[in-house]
Amino acid sequence: MLPDFSYVRPGTLDEAVSLLADGRSRVHGGGTDLLGCLRDRVFAAERLVSLRDLAGLRGIQETADGGLRIGALTAVAEIAEHETVRSRYRALAEAAASVASPQLRQQGTLGGNLCQKPRCWYYRGDFHCLRKGGDTCYAAAGENQYHCIFGGGPCFIVHPSDTAPALIVLGAAVQVVGPRGTRRVPLEEFYVLPEADVERETTLGRGEIVTAIDLPPAGPSLRSSYRKVRARGAWDFALVGMALALQLDGGVVRDARVAFSGVAPVPWRARDVESVLRGQRIDRAVVSRAMNAAVSKASPLPHNAYKVDLLRGLVEERLASIA
Amino acid sequence: MHLKVNGDVHDVDAPDHWTLLEVLRYRLGLTGSKQGCDKGDCGACTVLVDGEPMISCLILAREAEGREIVTIEGLWPLHLARGGEGPDPVQDAFDRYGALQCGFCQSGMILSARALLDRTPSPTDEEIARALSGNLCRCTGYTQILQAVQSIVARARGVEPPRRSWEAANVGRQAGER
Repeated sequence: MLPDFSYVRPGTLDEAVSLLADGRSRVHGGGTDLLGCLRDRVFAAERLVSLRDLAGLRGIQETADGGLRIGALTAVAEIAEHETVRSRYRALAEAAASVASPQLRQQGTLGGNLCQKPRCWYYRGDFHCLRKGGDTCYAAAGENQYHCIFGGGPCFIVHPSDTAPALIVLGAAVQVVGPRGTRRVPLEEFYVLPEADVERETTLGRGEIVTAIDLPPAGPSLRSSYRKVRARGAWDFALVGMALALQLDGGVVRDARVAFSGVAPVPWRARDVESVLRGQRIDRAVVSRAMNAAVSKASPLPHNAYKVDLLRGLVEERLASIA
Repeated sequence: MHLKVNGDVHDVDAPDHWTLLEVLRYRLGLTGSKQGCDKGDCGACTVLVDGEPMISCLILAREAEGREIVTIEGLWPLHLARGGEGPDPVQDAFDRYGALQCGFCQSGMILSARALLDRTPSPTDEEIARALSGNLCRCTGYTQILQAVQSIVARARGVEPPRRSWEAANVGRQAGER
């Protein structure tokens, strides 16, 4: 049973923003992560502000510049099946199709997928950890087989989103509406490392709502993909995952963007791998250098060194599929 | 609040923090939707919301207002109302294929399969497995469950349905060297 709270469903975005200003309310999108967190007492809410009646936050539209605008309340399943997303932004379609289960993809929204809370079992469990305002990261000296190998400290979560790394390599930005108006943030800059602020995952401030995700135009030479490695074939979160976007020109990589899931507290942009690839034909030697670049700065915890090998293998597999 | 469940509108009095599953079970007496993990892992509470399978333990009842909800109890009547005869073909196939052991996962499995077939009348085996991947069977009776759905597809395609597990065993024994 969920703890007691009240529920409101405002008819306008302005109303939603002002209802959230009290700091004791939480925004309800698809609710799949929110209700789990409330049930597990990860955080509390006196009131849920449902965005369900805000139809303008739903749907996928082509923009005047040839890009795509995806409303934050669009269901993950709709994105996975959308023709334009599948043909032009394949990494996003593949990432969306790999999220959770068929039912949760119908319920969960893209905005919610980007703003998920971490899955660390200490954070979700009965531990007053750093991220919940305590003074200990229990994962650091505990069961850390699913924790991060990059960007850790003082907390060692991994960011659970599949769609975020895919959107980052595709150059997406999020539109955020709040008490001080509208702002637009490149998705990569939306996320916060624990060393900067251990109690938040994103730069969202009080009363702010993600309203849309914007994708720039995808040129004909763009090839993108997302591959998720997990312990179970369905439902599971990524052990490691890789989003890849390449601009290919006659077999030569004109531009490359790579981001990993499952390895860091934020979707992890792999610039070292990108610079190995840029200007090259993908052959065996380049693949080998990219594999080394992917893991050279990894600092695994006592129980997750396997992620380093997994990540090397993943980079090899993805690049070999293009070579 | 007003909830439309299996074609009927119910006037329900329940607190804001109750889930759709709780209202179905503890206000409307529709206990066919099972309360398993209560966190979205197992799929036993799957219902159809506007035709799509969803996890009713992770939907607030208030969020379901104004939407068409179908539970396992509504499947047979809905089939009859559409001019069908007997139980829904998915229920019938689960019956014929012995697609249950303890039965706890069955209503969710059947509803996920129903939603798949409504959208994709002739799915591949892979599409069937994928559509049911959000429903756990702890008895691991997956073979019979997949075969039950495959048999509906086979009938629609006019091809031989999969042999039922106990029939296959009999055939194996008779063909063996003695």
